Amino acid sequence: MANETEEQDLKDHREPDHSRRNFLKNSGYAVGGLIVGGVVGSLLRSPNKSTTNNNNGNTTEKAPANEAVNFNQALMHFTQEQFLIMEAATERIFPADDNGPGAKELGVAYFIDHQLAGEWGLNGREYMQGPFFKGETTQGYQGRLKRREIFDIGLQEMQNYSNKKFQKKFKDLTPEQQDTVLKAFETDEVKLTTISASGFFKTIFGSTMEGAYADPLYGGNGNMGGWKLKNFPGNQMSYTKIIEQDKFEKMQPVSLREHLPHS
Amino acid sequence: MATKLPKTDVVIVGVGWGGGIIASELTKGGLSVVGLERGKERKTEDYYMVHDELRYALRYEMFQDLSRETITFRGNEKIKALPMRSYGSFLLGDGLGGSGVHWNGQTFRFLPYDFEIKSKTIERYGKSKIPDGMTIQDWGITYDKLEPYFNKFEKMTGISGDENPLGGKRSEKYPTPPMKTTPGMKMFSDSCKGLNYHPYHMPSANLSEQYTNPDGIARAACQYCGYCERFGCEYGAKADPVVTVIPVAKNTGKFELRTHSNVRRILHKGGKATGVLYIDTTTGEEYEQPADIVVMTSYVFNNTRLLLMSNIGKPYDPKTGTGVIGRNYAYQVLKGAGVGFFEDKEFNIFAGAGSLGMCIDDFNGDNFDHKDLKFIHGANISYSQTGARPIQNNTVPPGTPTWGKDYKAATVKYANRHINVGAQGSCMPFRHHFLDLDPTYKDEFGDPLMRITFDFEDQDRELVKFMGAKCGDILKQMGADKVVSNTELAPYEITTYQSTHNTGGVVMGSSPDTSAVNNYLQMWDTENLFVIGASAFAHNSGYNPTGTMGALSYRAAEGIHKYHKNPGSLV
Repeated sequence: MANETEEQDLKDHREPDHSRRNFLKNSGYAVGGLIVGGVVGSLLRSPNKSTTNNNNGNTTEKAPANEAVNFNQALMHFTQEQFLIMEAATERIFPADDNGPGAKELGVAYFIDHQLAGEWGLNGREYMQGPFFKGETTQGYQGRLKRREIFDIGLQEMQNYSNKKFQKKFKDLTPEQQDTVLKAFETDEVKLTTISASGFFKTIFGSTMEGAYADPLYGGNGNMGGWKLKNFPGNQMSYTKIIEQDKFEKMQPVSLREHLPHS
Repeated sequence: MATKLPKTDVVIVGVGWGGGIIASELTKGGLSVVGLERGKERKTEDYYMVHDELRYALRYEMFQDLSRETITFRGNEKIKALPMRSYGSFLLGDGLGGSGVHWNGQTFRFLPYDFEIKSKTIERYGKSKIPDGMTIQDWGITYDKLEPYFNKFEKMTGISGDENPLGGKRSEKYPTPPMKTTPGMKMFSDSCKGLNYHPYHMPSANLSEQYTNPDGIARAACQYCGYCERFGCEYGAKADPVVTVIPVAKNTGKFELRTHSNVRRILHKGGKATGVLYIDTTTGEEYEQPADIVVMTSYVFNNTRLLLMSNIGKPYDPKTGTGVIGRNYAYQVLKGAGVGFFEDKEFNIFAGAGSLGMCIDDFNGDNFDHKDLKFIHGANISYSQTGARPIQNNTVPPGTPTWGKDYKAATVKYANRHINVGAQGSCMPFRHHFLDLDPTYKDEFGDPLMRITFDFEDQDRELVKFMGAKCGDILKQMGADKVVSNTELAPYEITTYQSTHNTGGVVMGSSPDTSAVNNYLQMWDTENLFVIGASAFAHNSGYNPTGTMGALSYRAAEGIHKYHKNPGSLV
């Protein structure tokens, strides 16, 4: 189904936005001599390791020519069409702005794709046995559809609504038009029979936030850019030194990748 | 056909705090104990990758697999109960250590008022203070009688704290000094002092310093990493059964732990428990484990469910108010809260610990006059700094758009510029709040799910209105530029997280007509069966339950020893 524009869109996606990364890199500073506490910490992080790790993810800074290809950025579940809707929608929910990157740059749509491919997409650890009844709102989701199916239906409905209202695919709408479509889902102005439009919007919203801020190991929060927005330091072993201090402490974030030795 | 195994002195069903304490106390006293745990083994080394908000906090890594077993819920008897298909309101523990692994470590003692709530309420305000349908009752024990067991639990876990100026009398100081004081905690404390309240450090099971407990178990100090609730502790600094009581039991050589062993029935004959029937979930094989004494130590829901499925004790009937199993289900009333936004101040709230905070009890229990109030009891009000993790930390002032550019900008701006003050409201039992077996929905073995019938009452709405305003006052005094208080309580719903403080169902008391167990948590009508947990609470206080649950576990352990030497009713 991919047409030329879609292929171009996907290709664009593979080009990292160097200027944005450079703009964002190391706006904070590392805390010198942060004590690594406890047994686990000392086992896992040798001192020389942590020095190089401070640049983890910011490889452009050191050796742009050798930037690793991110093999994680491919699709496990979405079709290309679905992916492009998702990418455009999440970027409207969490847009790039003066504060820093938006959902697209952070890889949120890849995050959602990967999540749907696994247990979460299949409601693997949730009670999905019948009988199914329509319950009170206080009783929560009572449908028989799994998240994958809900996304398949929801994204198609977004496309249908866009085509009907603006005679264009969702990804080709102006940002304002995309917002109109999202708003129509959020408020249940779109009437759907199989799924709840507002329920679907809530799910997209929730997974956008997850993709922006979960550890980068899941494919989102690219370059820890989500964490840097909030000055969240990620996976630090100890805050004993700063817990009582009045001054706000900006640190270079650290991801879980540093908890494994990488040769 | 179930394979019959050799008999043991004691079999325990579920190895969390209750099971761990019973196992360690009984094996130290020379009894042979078999511990059956439906989940997997756990150890500190499991938590190398624990600083993962998505996996642990949002994908519920540590919790019961709901595809195998869940609960059903309805707000009242007129509507059909439906299964809790995904997590929301509370999180059910699973695996060795149970909920004792993923807790925050906030370890309070219930107030003297709690244990004699009915008598004391009538004494001070008269009978008419208790509204129609509210089934509060005395617990069949006093605070003073329970005090030594609180002490025991606090020493075993190494609780860090300073004395609650408005709490019950203590025989000893907390074993370790309070946790560190953050700027936000200091502001809360100063504000409360300015309002003539009595702030103190939240008693904490996250150790303030290295500590060796009376069993010889040494644990390291908390590193304030900000990953407690919903996570396991990679340092062993947070007290949990796996790093405290379970190794003590194992060291005696008298404790045999069997994981992946899901108990489906308590076996009994002629008014005595004879053992349990369980399934090895790795093979599907069924076993019968005979024992002289059976101790039920699973969570509230499974304690109640197993009794009902095993036909032990009289099931509670809400129509007549008679029967005891499933009676007095209660929860926690949490919506009385406030948030303060600070334009020019950023706090290091990404750092924290599960029980790092300051609190007051000026509006808890009967520490304040309720004469002109339309509720009884109250709430512990606190500021706690548990670690603001980024996916869930999106507090913004009202009026902010719910997504998009402005939403993003506000979440980024206020990520470290807000302080939450909350009231942990007590929850009174009512005649029409109860647990029973669901008639429709089944677990993976075809056994009925537990059904919860529960909603908030006027009592709870009045409490929230009062507490929300108090939280707002404190925040204003703390100097917040904008304070937003919540004083409204909507009907109870199962989809948003509130608290994993479910209580009741197998409550304690002084009469078999209104309680299932006596003050040793011994079943009235099956004397070699003990049922331990917050299931014994006749109501829920304005505190986290674990401290009181731990104290009751130590008392039960003493009772079991007594019973083993001299069988019969302990009261």
